[in-house]
Amino acid sequence: MKPRIWLKPAAHIVLIVGSFLMLFPFLWSISTSLKDMNEVFTYPPKWLGESLKFANYEHMTQRFPFYRFFFNTLKITVIVVVLQLLTSAMAGFVFARLRFKFRDGLFGVYLATLMVPAQVTMIPTFLLMKEYGLLDTHWSLILPGIVSAFGTFLLRQFFSTIPVSLEEAAKIDGCTPFGIFWRIFVPLSKPALATLGIFIMLGTWNDFMNPLIFLSSMNKMTLTLGLANMQGLYSTDWPALMAATVITILPILIVFLAAQDLFVRGVTLSGLKGE
Amino acid sequence: MKSLAYKDGFWAFLMLLPNVLGFLLFLLAPVLATFAISFSDWNLTDDFRFNGFDNYKELASDPVFHKVLGNTFYFTLVSVPIGIVLSLLLAVFLNQKLRFIRFYRAAFFIPVISSMVAVSVIWQWIYNPEFGLLNYALSWFGIDGPAWLTSPKWAMPAVIITSIWKSLGFNMLLFLAGLQSISESYYEAADIDGARWYSKFARITVPLLSPTTFFVTVMSIINSFQVFDMAYLMTQGGPARSTSVLVYYVFQNAFQYFRMGYASAMAYVLFFIVLIVTFIQFWRQRKWSIY
Repeated sequence: MKPRIWLKPAAHIVLIVGSFLMLFPFLWSISTSLKDMNEVFTYPPKWLGESLKFANYEHMTQRFPFYRFFFNTLKITVIVVVLQLLTSAMAGFVFARLRFKFRDGLFGVYLATLMVPAQVTMIPTFLLMKEYGLLDTHWSLILPGIVSAFGTFLLRQFFSTIPVSLEEAAKIDGCTPFGIFWRIFVPLSKPALATLGIFIMLGTWNDFMNPLIFLSSMNKMTLTLGLANMQGLYSTDWPALMAATVITILPILIVFLAAQDLFVRGVTLSGLKGE
Repeated sequence: MKSLAYKDGFWAFLMLLPNVLGFLLFLLAPVLATFAISFSDWNLTDDFRFNGFDNYKELASDPVFHKVLGNTFYFTLVSVPIGIVLSLLLAVFLNQKLRFIRFYRAAFFIPVISSMVAVSVIWQWIYNPEFGLLNYALSWFGIDGPAWLTSPKWAMPAVIITSIWKSLGFNMLLFLAGLQSISESYYEAADIDGARWYSKFARITVPLLSPTTFFVTVMSIINSFQVFDMAYLMTQGGPARSTSVLVYYVFQNAFQYFRMGYASAMAYVLFFIVLIVTFIQFWRQRKWSIY
């Protein structure tokens, strides 16, 4: 495209204004989290209070077990990411490479469920958890998270693009299918696995509906549910609420800033479905 | 070859087992069970009893369900077009080989990775009628801002603004990937013909981007029909049910009124809508496979 003199400066101006609109709610939340209760309710609003009240963070963690929420969320997320990656990769490999009866039929059933909204499965899942006494345990969040049709589909598509020639030598040497999967496919697919892993992590960490349905006692809650509950009880203590908000976002923000390119690739990968 | 296939079957069984078990237990069986429950009046305490099409008949005459469906369409029809136009424009700007692209990309993507709960808390504070930033900013222009989240008229627009703000970065990245896949040679040819920038945008960018645009539209529609967190957190579906969306009413029926049958019927209505949108996507995709 022929360069236009005005286009680049115009693009910068639009993007700077846009970036500010994207970021200022977060900056405002940090600023509020460091204010006094009185300073919050001043008009017109000020960016900074008299002094930075880091004590708000202490008060918040004293009234609500936020460290507990954090470790609950971390535990559930790590387990779900690892197990879902493993089940998706193994099944993806089987669907891409091994031959057996009903393979394509079975994969067709997986495909058919790709678009099922979570609300269609939540009622029977709730009843199942109730039946087996798993309500208000972390199992109720971990077990349904172990398998996803989307993850299986994504990795099956990725594995299908790996050339067959790579595994033939291993086959002749008598390597088992699992050996081929573990020693050839997994190392070759690290970027794809990392991308899917990030997606699973985002979905699990930020999930609100499932914890809301399954968990009830305070010490079992995740960050999102804990924050929502805190808001129900202290709806006007904005400094403490904002401190909790900052704590909820911070871990995922750090991961994002450290692995921005993986996130971007993940979005692009999910877009490939449409082409 | 035969013995190899036999061995394949053994390993296939072993490696598929955990996935298939989870799939059957938490996906396939629940999908079918919800369908069965939707023909019952089950409320968790009384015995399970089928009641034919009663739930679906009730849906047809339930004014709240109609209101909720209308709200969901309102949310979708406003948020999807605005979100798509904005994210496309941003992607076009971002595609100018600019410096600081990583910063811009990160800025627009931070709302995407943040949890809806945290975002809802922050925006409730911004929408606060007395001390909120939004009405303060509006007052610079002499506008007396409404009581956003407690006004039946303005609560839904407020939810829509937050929703667009949150998903803008995601759609922008999809459009950016689409733009980057358009070959420079089209634009070079147009330059030789002396085409102006707007005709290049209208005649090259928009048509060649149409598969991406269509995909983004379909995904946005499907996601909009499943909106829940915001309605639950920012407004509890109110005031006067003005922000009660489909999934919020499903949730209320299932876990507040314990009307499992009625909630299941509603979940299937949602499923049906999503299926129709998906089928349109598949059908259009075939038409585009010539590219």
